[in-house]
Amino acid sequence: MSTQVMPAPATHTAPATAGSRPRRRPSRAQRGSWALTIILALCSLTVLVPLYASCVMAFKTTRQAVDGNAFSLPFPLSLDGFVQAWTLTDFPRSFAISVFIAAVTVAGTIALSSFAAFAISHNWENRVFRWSFFYLLAAMFLPFPVVALSQVKLTGMVHLDNPVGVAILHIMFQLSFSVMLFTAFLRSIPTELEESARIDGASTWQVFWRLVFPLLAPMSATVGIFAFLASWNDYMMPTLITADPALQTLPVLQNIFQTQFSNNYNVSFASYLMAMAPAIIVYLISQRWVMSGLTQGAIK
Amino acid sequence: MALSSPAPVRRRRRVEPVFYLFLLPTVILFTLAIMVPAVMGIALSFTNSVGFGDFRFIGLTNYIAVFSDPAILAAYLFTIGFAVVTVLLVNVVAFLLAIALTSRIRARIALRAVFVLPMVVSGIVIAYVFNYLFSNSLPSVASAVGFGPLEQSVLANPDLAWLAIVVVTAWQAIPGTLLIYIAGVLAIPSDVYEAASLDGAGGWRQLRSITVPLTAGYVVINLILGFKGFMNTYDIIVGLTGGGPGTSTTSVAMSIFNGFSNGDYSYQMANATIFFLIAIVIALLQLRTTRGKAAL
Repeated sequence: MSTQVMPAPATHTAPATAGSRPRRRPSRAQRGSWALTIILALCSLTVLVPLYASCVMAFKTTRQAVDGNAFSLPFPLSLDGFVQAWTLTDFPRSFAISVFIAAVTVAGTIALSSFAAFAISHNWENRVFRWSFFYLLAAMFLPFPVVALSQVKLTGMVHLDNPVGVAILHIMFQLSFSVMLFTAFLRSIPTELEESARIDGASTWQVFWRLVFPLLAPMSATVGIFAFLASWNDYMMPTLITADPALQTLPVLQNIFQTQFSNNYNVSFASYLMAMAPAIIVYLISQRWVMSGLTQGAIK
Repeated sequence: MALSSPAPVRRRRRVEPVFYLFLLPTVILFTLAIMVPAVMGIALSFTNSVGFGDFRFIGLTNYIAVFSDPAILAAYLFTIGFAVVTVLLVNVVAFLLAIALTSRIRARIALRAVFVLPMVVSGIVIAYVFNYLFSNSLPSVASAVGFGPLEQSVLANPDLAWLAIVVVTAWQAIPGTLLIYIAGVLAIPSDVYEAASLDGAGGWRQLRSITVPLTAGYVVINLILGFKGFMNTYDIIVGLTGGGPGTSTTSVAMSIFNGFSNGDYSYQMANATIFFLIAIVIALLQLRTTRGKAAL
């Protein structure tokens, strides 16, 4: 949760990329400078090298992996690490639990926050709704350690010390950020659209599902991606809330390699790779929305 | 942060009851899941509860004990120092990267995608990866080039272990900060640069006199957001040092969680309440600074 990002509102929709400032330096080639590109490419190694090391380590044999050289290419190429990691973390089960928590979090966050934002933005002049907005926002300033211990007790009491409870809490911690985004976005939708739908006899419920919710789609994508990342990568909450180790999420389960099997580096790295891959894949597929949601300032 | 009020719609109309159905489930769940535990925890910090069974009111005893506990003071000192160093490092690097990634370069989309990648990687897992690199690869590289101080694992060195935590935290936190800075740089109208260009300002001068001052608001946001986030650091420390060697890298969040398993429930809740007060101070600071910015 600590890495959550505020969407930065742009004062206008980003036409100012370097390419569109043709008159700034007319003499310079349009396509960009090689020197800076090369410097940046070298800097990007700091990002890529740890990921590269994870990949090559994962494909090594156990014997090659213990030689302490994290950067050598695997020879011979071996899938043993993946095979063993698969059974040690009971991959299908832990993967399914992680997917379950993330899916419930994404669906729940989008549904609850768009409902709340819809109600709030339509009734801002009413005190109940206005104060609810600030009330929901307050959680953004509440550090998780402050509520964690009581949450552990309460979830235990109501038998939610399991993935369902983790998913509910994930949704709750995403609310502030998501309600804020949706409310800001709803303000930009002209009310005439809704009014014409109402003249045609649509109820508020129908207006929401047929008109507002589809309009929210780009914002839902951004909210959903952040909910997914926060949920999939969370460590604190599943560790504390889930009582039964057999119901633990995939990233959290990686701790078994810190104690047992600690010398089978190829196995642990294969397992790390399998735990990181889903989030990376989701990012690569969705990065267009991550980027546009954040940098174009979909909210104004 | 969208604190400026949404446009008043249908000012005199009564609230349609269905809107309560849209709002109330969320507010009730939120109250039960977050506000009740928060109030409960703060209330119990004034008791001698061990997490279950009977307890009685003991006033400020826990708070007095927290302030005279060297372990907790050390945790605060470490956490604040770590947060300050990390926030500075992250912001300097992210700002420079944002400038570079918005200027004329080749493969801009691909480079941006690569620099944002660490944001999506699980903190605990990447900490395990770095743990291996710090304890195995770095020492072997260091002894190959004969650089003494790094021939032992930095994670085993009580004076250096915190630096490893700074590096990994920064590695993961730079992308988020970077995205905000990119948004900030892109939000500067291009005609400002054009005017400066016509007046004969070169690239360096434009950077110093336009880009830096016009992104100052984003710097403030990033400093506060970053500081708030780093105060909560937990999983990267678990993955790298587990709070050690000794207790040299135990953060406040970690000491709160450890207290729970040791049965110091109400005592650690007093610690958590103090931590919360610090968070509120930072939050107020944030509200004040961001309210000054129109669009926020």
